[in-house]
Amino acid sequence: MDSRGIKRITVFSGHYGSGKTNVAVNYALWLKSHCDKVSIADLDIVNPYFRTKDSMKVLEENGVQLISSEYANSNVDVPALPAETYGVLQNKEVHAVIDVGGDDRGALALGRYSDAILEDGDYELLFVINKYRPLTRNVDMTLEIMAEIENACHMKFTGIVNDSNLGDETTAEDVLDSVCYANEVSERTGIPIKMTAVKNDLYDKLSDKIENLMPIELYVRQSWAERNE
Amino acid sequence: MAEKVLMKGNEALAEAAIMAGCKHYFGYPITPQTEVAAYMAKKMPKTEGGVFLQAESEIAAINMVIGVASTGKRVMTSSSSPGISLKSEGISYLAGCDLPALIINVQRGGPGLGGIQPSQSDYFQATKGGGHGDFHLLVLAPNSVQEMVDMVFKGFDLAEKYRMPAMILSDGTMGQMMEPVSLEKGEINEYDKSWALTGTKGERKPNIVNSLYIAPEELEKLNFERYERYKKIEEEEAMYEEYLMDDAEICIVAYGVASRVAKNAIDQARKEGIKVGMIRPITLWPFPKKALNKAADKVNKFISVELSMGQMIEDIELAIRCKKEVLLCNRTGGMITTTEDVLNKIYEANGGKN
Repeated sequence: MDSRGIKRITVFSGHYGSGKTNVAVNYALWLKSHCDKVSIADLDIVNPYFRTKDSMKVLEENGVQLISSEYANSNVDVPALPAETYGVLQNKEVHAVIDVGGDDRGALALGRYSDAILEDGDYELLFVINKYRPLTRNVDMTLEIMAEIENACHMKFTGIVNDSNLGDETTAEDVLDSVCYANEVSERTGIPIKMTAVKNDLYDKLSDKIENLMPIELYVRQSWAERNE
Repeated sequence: MAEKVLMKGNEALAEAAIMAGCKHYFGYPITPQTEVAAYMAKKMPKTEGGVFLQAESEIAAINMVIGVASTGKRVMTSSSSPGISLKSEGISYLAGCDLPALIINVQRGGPGLGGIQPSQSDYFQATKGGGHGDFHLLVLAPNSVQEMVDMVFKGFDLAEKYRMPAMILSDGTMGQMMEPVSLEKGEINEYDKSWALTGTKGERKPNIVNSLYIAPEELEKLNFERYERYKKIEEEEAMYEEYLMDDAEICIVAYGVASRVAKNAIDQARKEGIKVGMIRPITLWPFPKKALNKAADKVNKFISVELSMGQMIEDIELAIRCKKEVLLCNRTGGMITTTEDVLNKIYEANGGKN
């Protein structure tokens, strides 16, 4: 850990669909403005549809190295892990962001690297939570998924990212309503809330109400996803 | 109104099925529908009397569906294009046995193993049978995660009402996209199920569920009877949504994900003063023939927007009796039509920009 409290390796894991990839990409871009060398590794071997690689352009433009399976976005449904991941974990000059696939099944891939990460010691394993996802709607359900992930990757979470959102329709109230939930997850696990992620346009409304707020920019837009009002 | 949650289309299908009283799910993983099975695997064991079973193949899964359907219980299976081809035999048997069941197809590019990206190229397969013999499937085509939930209730309801299999024709995009959804319980009607195999308890004659009829006279009679039912369905059950059709001179026809792209293009064209609207079929069989034929007397041209090589366009031409020209705006193989693609086709139908 450096003087600013930034760990060298930051791993994002959680229930799938919680918004891990968006948070990881935004965190990597933020990290780049504070650190010299930043790499982001996509370990998501579960879902071939939405990937870190979708954000390749913005990552490259900002000098963040992307490590992802050569099969990602290639239409080939092969769950292969990128070989360079080890290099990043071992190179002390690089700040690494690891985007892990959803649930325990996704976390299995992280288990492959847990020895190296634990040995290095300078890491943060962040649990991304979203109270508006149906299988993590309450604290009990969330803790169940948390335990499954920890078992699968042989590591313990060190922090929580509250990413409670309803996609495009998220309001400031939705975020505020999730604070209680996130606090309870934190209290019952003894793990601190490291940040609360909100989409860019809600940042000003909430910055004086929630600590460690992280603005999230969505870098990938599809023609079918444009607002249909 | 129930509190909103953020769900993938695939998850919404699974959750809605459980809410609709489906306690039996048989499936086999295939991208891009795997979340349906994964969600069922997590949730079904926690549902009282719920069964999740990953079969050894798609063929095994559909045959398990036939088994449960024979008992009159709600049952579902899901797959993606190549997997649906494997299930086709069982789907025909369901139709031949007059059994209700819900089948989900989260379409991907084809033919053959094709690709894993979204597509609508199973339109013919879904609407013209999806197996051998004289029969139809009810085919529902939602275009939002919320409508996925509604269509699961509708699908089970229509299947039981008419004693026939129903299919929800989704695609990779609809399955994977995440949207806020309100999990409202839909209507659950009680229909006569005296035909179901529930055990005679020695109190009645055994029911028989069967699709084998050696005597051609008998088989023909049954097929005629079934088509009488189909006629009623075509008369009464077609569902569609009209968008800006009141003064439209050009009518876009699109379903599922393609209708969302089309809507964006229509909004843009309207800003430019082009009078274009849309008829979005929500049921693909029965196809909203009457609405289209009526529109054909008002508009100058139709555009079929589809992620296939011109399949739905044939139904449009039939529905409007070829009264007006139908242009095709399509992408296929896993590519998605862009707003610009549709806009350019609107310009073409309009004879240029306004």
